[in-house]
Amino acid sequence: MRTLTRLDADSHRARRELHDHIQGSGPLARHTVDSQSQRQAGSTSFHESAHKHVTGKAAYIDDIKTPADALHVALGLSLVAHGTLTKLDLEAVRQAPGVIDVITFDDVPGHTDIGPVFPGDPIFVDREISYAGQCLFAVAATTLQAARRAVKLARLDIDEHPASLDPVAATEREEFVRPTHVQERGDWQATLEQASQHIEGELFIGGQEHFYLEGQACIVLPSEDEGVIVHTSNQHPSETQKLVAEVLGIPFHAVTVEVRRMGGGFGGKETQASPWACMAALFARRTGKAIRLRLPRSEDTRATGKRHPFHNRYQLAVDHQGVIEGGEITLIGDCGYSPDLSDAIVDRAMFHADNAYSLGNARVTGHRAKTHTASNTAFRGFGGPQGMMIIEAAMDDIARRVGEDPLTIRKRNFYRQGRDITHYGQRVDQTQLLHTLVDTLEHSSDYWSRREAITAFNAASPIIKKGLALTPVKFGISFTAQHLNQAGALLHVYTDGSIMINHGGTEMGQGLHTKICQVVARELGLDLDSVRISATRTDKVPNTSPTAASSGADLNGMAARDAASKLRGRLFDFAAEHYSEGLDREGMRLEDGMLIAGIGESERRIPWGELVQTAYLNRISLSEKGFYATPLIYYDRATGQGRPFYYYAFGAAVGEVSVDTLTGEYQVDRVDILHDVGDSLNPAIDMGQVEGGFIQGLGWLTSEELKWNDNGMLISDGPATYKIPTFGDLPPIFNVELLEGHPNSMASLYRSKAVGEPPFMLGICVWSALRDALSSLTGYQVSPHLDTPATPERVMLAANAIRQKAL
Amino acid sequence: MATIEFLLNGTPRQCDVPPDTSILTLLRDHLGMTGTKEGCASGDCGACTVAIRNRSDAGSCFQSVNACITPAHQLNSRHLVTVEGLAQGNQLHPAQQAMVECHGSQCGFCTPGIVMSLFTLHTTQQRRPTPLTPERLEAVLGGNLCRCTGYRPIRDAALEMQSLPWQPPQWFDASLPATSVSNPDRIDENASLFAQPSTLDELTRVRRRYPNARLVAGATDLWLENTQRLVELDQLIDVTRVDELRRIEEASFQGQSGWWVGAGVTYTQLEPLLEPHFPAFAHLLHRLGSQQIRNTGTIGGNIANASPIGDTPPVLQALDAWVELANADGSRQIPLSTFFIDYKKTALAADEVVSRVFIPKLADTATLRVWKLSKRREDDISAVLGAFCYRLEAGVMLDVRIAFGGMAATPKRALATEKALEGKPLSKTSFQAAQQALDDEFTPMSDVRGSQLYRQQAARNLLERLYLTLFAPNQEVMLHAYAH
Repeated sequence: MRTLTRLDADSHRARRELHDHIQGSGPLARHTVDSQSQRQAGSTSFHESAHKHVTGKAAYIDDIKTPADALHVALGLSLVAHGTLTKLDLEAVRQAPGVIDVITFDDVPGHTDIGPVFPGDPIFVDREISYAGQCLFAVAATTLQAARRAVKLARLDIDEHPASLDPVAATEREEFVRPTHVQERGDWQATLEQASQHIEGELFIGGQEHFYLEGQACIVLPSEDEGVIVHTSNQHPSETQKLVAEVLGIPFHAVTVEVRRMGGGFGGKETQASPWACMAALFARRTGKAIRLRLPRSEDTRATGKRHPFHNRYQLAVDHQGVIEGGEITLIGDCGYSPDLSDAIVDRAMFHADNAYSLGNARVTGHRAKTHTASNTAFRGFGGPQGMMIIEAAMDDIARRVGEDPLTIRKRNFYRQGRDITHYGQRVDQTQLLHTLVDTLEHSSDYWSRREAITAFNAASPIIKKGLALTPVKFGISFTAQHLNQAGALLHVYTDGSIMINHGGTEMGQGLHTKICQVVARELGLDLDSVRISATRTDKVPNTSPTAASSGADLNGMAARDAASKLRGRLFDFAAEHYSEGLDREGMRLEDGMLIAGIGESERRIPWGELVQTAYLNRISLSEKGFYATPLIYYDRATGQGRPFYYYAFGAAVGEVSVDTLTGEYQVDRVDILHDVGDSLNPAIDMGQVEGGFIQGLGWLTSEELKWNDNGMLISDGPATYKIPTFGDLPPIFNVELLEGHPNSMASLYRSKAVGEPPFMLGICVWSALRDALSSLTGYQVSPHLDTPATPERVMLAANAIRQKAL
Repeated sequence: MATIEFLLNGTPRQCDVPPDTSILTLLRDHLGMTGTKEGCASGDCGACTVAIRNRSDAGSCFQSVNACITPAHQLNSRHLVTVEGLAQGNQLHPAQQAMVECHGSQCGFCTPGIVMSLFTLHTTQQRRPTPLTPERLEAVLGGNLCRCTGYRPIRDAALEMQSLPWQPPQWFDASLPATSVSNPDRIDENASLFAQPSTLDELTRVRRRYPNARLVAGATDLWLENTQRLVELDQLIDVTRVDELRRIEEASFQGQSGWWVGAGVTYTQLEPLLEPHFPAFAHLLHRLGSQQIRNTGTIGGNIANASPIGDTPPVLQALDAWVELANADGSRQIPLSTFFIDYKKTALAADEVVSRVFIPKLADTATLRVWKLSKRREDDISAVLGAFCYRLEAGVMLDVRIAFGGMAATPKRALATEKALEGKPLSKTSFQAAQQALDDEFTPMSDVRGSQLYRQQAARNLLERLYLTLFAPNQEVMLHAYAH
């Protein structure tokens, strides 16, 4: 965000060009120009690295070879959550076998604060220790083992203070990392006062460890002059470039950051990958050697931020039909010790506190509580899921209160014509799509007859209880920080006709590079094999935004398309002029690896390779850059109103569970999903995002439990204690479909929709189904309290509690 | 340093490595083969899965193993296959081809491990095709975490690969190098050591000579000391080649018929014995660790490790198993219930090893039930494990033996609870008394896997489940995914 780029000139042009067809006139993804090849945009093609993945040839950071004298880094992390470092004696560390260099706060020549948006993240502890896992010093040694063993020899004196670990108490004391933000629409107080009935509730929503399979890692090589080359597993190379330069005190152009691929990111490598690159860069400059740094799993888990835990409350006025008239929702995000991205994350939680429902006259308040844990950070959904949870809890609670099925209540509260303005002032323009999608799923999943069967089953089964729930997703697409909604691309055509496309997005498994190659292949009428992406590099496309907010394909795909279409135009101009018989510029097209001009008898075909070589010999540039800036969006923080999102993506899921009320064990019996990706760029890849997102959301709400001890030490710091879903968590019946025939109403990339984050929140249906099952213990009279993750322990205790209530 | 000889993707290799080198370190750091990934270095994620064939005979198959916590020395005279070895030229192995075609990789980091688990399934299916039930696939793939795909395409790949054409490579059945690590005779207590005895006699002698050496079998817990706590494991005695420790023998002991099971028998080897005789125990094995862990972890290791949350000890206690402890002078047998003294403290003397376990046959009228509670059904450590053994005769509970894991500092018999039920009629009253006794005799602790409250209440509720199982046998009191 501090990577400043002058937006005006380029984005003005992009806006002007787009202005004419902002709404609804773009081509569709499924309309491939090439009938012969099924591997362009809009069609299923394999992940560009699939072959390399399965043979072990795809290189991740730690697979990159370095010179034999490369050094390995280990970190000294605080075991104390809050305190003052009064003595740091590293003499024994320096003397340990194999140790070459040791660095602390005092050894940083440039900036010592590496906060990504706001200050607050010291690269090393100076005096104040703010969380257990914070980095105190770093050691470079000839082997990783030597470095790790040396770390244990440090002698520390720490004046320990009590750790603040409760975000609610922190909020009461007004200990915030950023000021509270409020969104308000209508006279919500009057609505609450005059309401026929009130309903209120609260919910704790646990955090989540990213558990990318490839941990944080980087390799830094010293380069000529004062610079460095950084290989990093990283969603935001430009920010790492900036921070490394600032820490070293050198200009940005002395730092090149390269990302070929990540072994998973999920938001955990948006800001959390930079500190390690900065440390390794310091060593690289000090020693002149290649530096390897990768965090062992438990250190990675303790040192880096996670999804924000939230404490949310609602107080709503509802009419006798269970329709919300208005009310108040308060969200407390547990931000950890520093701002990081928390302002935007709590904002996004607020933007999604309505999910798919009109809140009427409402106020939504978002607090950013400061606690002594790692600084919580981006994670797929970016606060959106936590915001949605409270309104989904409310839907179930309202249903029990008015004695209706939760699905009925949800549908009654959906945005619809006349009730289509959000609490932050944006109109929801595809409300009909939401209704159609849910109606379709309701039928295809056989919701109502299953509801009947489940009710009958529960009546006859005192211990095992079944639950069913349909929950929708409406997710806003765009970075809420407006300036991030831009992207660049660089397209080279070589004289053999092969193409290199570079863009600002990074590949973390989501298939972004595959989609971008498809876009270029489609624009130039070529086979996918002709197009390649080398890596994301800051010296190819500068000043990029993070690959985040589901925006990778939307933004970078548009930039790549811009580059390709400009190059195509230039080649058409050249061909029209060059070829002596005079080709018709109008109607010229690139298809099947040919330039085609004219129709019927006058049709003329020039093979792509020949065209490219002729253009080269005639001194026509075969390189082009592209740019894109999302139009229309704005948000005024002063008023809490605006149009922060270019469009919304929708989806819905039906989950069925069985719960053992004696032990709290449960199983997911069946899941049905229908998800909106507009006109899909690549159905197989999109399907992978939907299914994978759902399972990750399921894990967040069920088995993935972060636990700290009373001193603020994370005790679930590895896969032995932190349980992400495994093979057996795949529901035995899992029907997943992409909604077809509903292109994006906005002029997005071939009218597709972003797919990275929205499906994550489909997992909420499982949590809601668990509550449904528990509610049956009271004949559906009482809505159970069920914080998340809903571990067997929480489910058993909730069953006990609700039985008590029913008595 | 000791020299080992093994086959690597069909090619004979000879390596010198320090004792605490894992297969993963050998591959990535010594041999520069980076296809095998490190995800956790604790045997929990499966990214480092490789395949190992133990015997020369063509009938034996490759087994999946976590390279991160398996000692490289155990490769001696084995065949190691890694992800780099599967494709023949440009021709992908069916496991790889199916993963590509089913879009089974996204970020790709877990993929080599998944491919290797699929490879072991594929080779097993080639030799002995058996139905690929959901349970079977779960067993094979439950130890491979994937954070991207949600597993559906991986399941599809597992099913599809069976129908793809495949020619075994020439090296597939290659005979294994028949070398053995030379066991040291001279006494140097402090020297680095890797001993690989092949008889119990050798084992107990080397154990006496090196009292500080660590015994290693599956290494599934021991190796974490190295990867997580950076402990140097420079003296190791590998028990996996000791003949006596690998046997399962039907026998009679103390007037009871049953089986002597060698301490080095892996969970995978134990399964065929348990399936017919102790189905509840066999079912528990499916939820003990992952396939990779079950392929290497041993029953003796689970006992000698003396963890309060080890899964087999409470079951063995409920079965009234005995354990045999051997040293260079001979052996003694004690009931397993007296083996555990306190947290990680056992009756084992410094020069003794656990040599075998006697599991008595279950009386015809007796029933064993084993219920494990954990956050995740697969590959998770118990919060509470209850094992219940009893006979029901004319409505009266007899020979009641109950043991719990996760409820005390050791795996522990619930003697007072047993007493409350022994000889009592099957009634709500006697079970309520048993629940009270259970409350009185256990004070579990709160930790990352569960609170004291949950453990206590869930254990009580397991007694209620037992009551309902007996009292209302037609009523559904367990979930299908957990039932057996």
